[in-house]
Amino acid sequence: MNDHVSLRGEGPQISLLGTTGLVFEAPGAFDLGNQQRIWGMADALGSWAEVREAVPGMTNLTILFEQPPHDFRAFRDRLTSLWASGISKTVAGRTIDLPIVYGGTGGPHLLEVAELTGLSVDEVVSIHSAPVYTVYAVGSHAGYCYLGGLDPRLFVPRRAVPLLSIPAGSLSIAGAQTGVSASAGPSGWHTIGSAEVTFFDPARNPPSLLGPGDSIRFLPEKVVS
Amino acid sequence: MIEVLSNSALATIQDGGRHGYYRDGVSRSGAMDGVAVAVGNALLGNDRDAAGIEIPMLPFSVRFDTGLDIALTGADCAAHLDDVALQPDWAIRVHASQVLKLSAPKSGCRAYLCVGGGVDVPTVLGSRSTQLREGFGGHEGRMLQKGDRLAARRTESVLPEGGMGAMPVAALMPELGQGANVTVRVLPAAEYELFRPEAHDALWSGDWAVTPQSNRAGYRLAGPELQLITPIELRSHGVVPGVIQVPPGGQPIIQLADAATMGGYPKIGTVIEADLWRLAQARPGEKLNFQQVSYEDALAARHELDRCLASIEAMAMRVRAAAKGWSR
Repeated sequence: MNDHVSLRGEGPQISLLGTTGLVFEAPGAFDLGNQQRIWGMADALGSWAEVREAVPGMTNLTILFEQPPHDFRAFRDRLTSLWASGISKTVAGRTIDLPIVYGGTGGPHLLEVAELTGLSVDEVVSIHSAPVYTVYAVGSHAGYCYLGGLDPRLFVPRRAVPLLSIPAGSLSIAGAQTGVSASAGPSGWHTIGSAEVTFFDPARNPPSLLGPGDSIRFLPEKVVS
Repeated sequence: MIEVLSNSALATIQDGGRHGYYRDGVSRSGAMDGVAVAVGNALLGNDRDAAGIEIPMLPFSVRFDTGLDIALTGADCAAHLDDVALQPDWAIRVHASQVLKLSAPKSGCRAYLCVGGGVDVPTVLGSRSTQLREGFGGHEGRMLQKGDRLAARRTESVLPEGGMGAMPVAALMPELGQGANVTVRVLPAAEYELFRPEAHDALWSGDWAVTPQSNRAGYRLAGPELQLITPIELRSHGVVPGVIQVPPGGQPIIQLADAATMGGYPKIGTVIEADLWRLAQARPGEKLNFQQVSYEDALAARHELDRCLASIEAMAMRVRAAAKGWSR
């Protein structure tokens, strides 16, 4: 019966997105080592005939089919073998500094996050701005960077009902993730601050400011509580 | 040129979609009803993915200031060229100063105006589609407004005198479900098994109303609450048009052409590619039913739709070739 998805267990999980593509989820931790294996796989998959695009996610990979494979099981086995080969890619990326106004009208959920985590607003800000975050993946909307490295003390669930729109430059967090919106749009995350930056320009090549392996450092410019 | 006479919101230029930039976070965009645009293009002898105008809010009208081949497909919106009624799924030569008026549709909710060679706007990142969120592609990266002037990429006519039409695709494709609801086929997705058994029953047997909070990015549905056995937080991963996400509130959202390329809400299923055109014509207030299919069924449906479009293209080509013979 359950052929659309491989069983949950020790190995990677592979599940279909209709006939458009599939999601490959790496087993194990949400860390840079696993993410580098995802980047390695994405590069290798670029030469597979069935693959239009292999798109890194957060320790997962989405394949968009050029042609959906007739034999999905065989395709799934080839993917699992590629993962098992241990292929990996390291990126010598660059780091940008991003001034942030935490809280206020640009960060309406800062207080809520403080309550959810049991921390003070100042603690949330200092914990959030401490790490240098690695860009794990670009996606959601054009130029948006998914960042790894959020301190577990700031892990909060996504909002129960997504908001219809948050502005460009919004700094938000959810689960083990944080990021800055590249353009206005809907969001299910908690918005805790704002920045002024252009992450995407279709006239630029490549159009995205940052790619997987680059890094962002958040500099608290102001905290409004 | 085509001059837009209506300030009717939400009309955009769309083609077969922007492919190859998912890793930059660029959503697919493209026509919501890709079949309607493909049929329009078939009648006009265009590439299947040539750019047309997607018109979701009617009435809408345009004036032509040159002779032009046009095709009207998608929702049947009682179109009139000056005072003459036009059939749905029909292509015809229009002349300078004629006005085309579309009225509120009897059924469906998106009409497509295709033109000879496709709408002439610059190709940006491989497509002429309007990328609404980021504001590029299409005509100045935005919805059309009154006074906008658009050119076609071909002005000479390829159509027979009096025009030509196609059978509605709905009549050529299998009829799904019964009654007034719109039925689409769904393949279970990664988190399907993590939902409660009641949620499975509700998914397959429930009536799912398309709410007014529905647009090119996605349809928010109202129906029974779909609950997980235990709450989970997923790592963000790729999402494609057709994916049915279920936020913790329990009311599903079907991701569509302008949806985010990545998301993290649990996915209970995916509306198959071959039925996205049916969704595109479901209007707010209408109800959806979901019919479970296997991957093999979904592949077969994809081939069936492709064969159907190919046969329309071949038929249209024969009619145009014959008409060319008559006029010699």
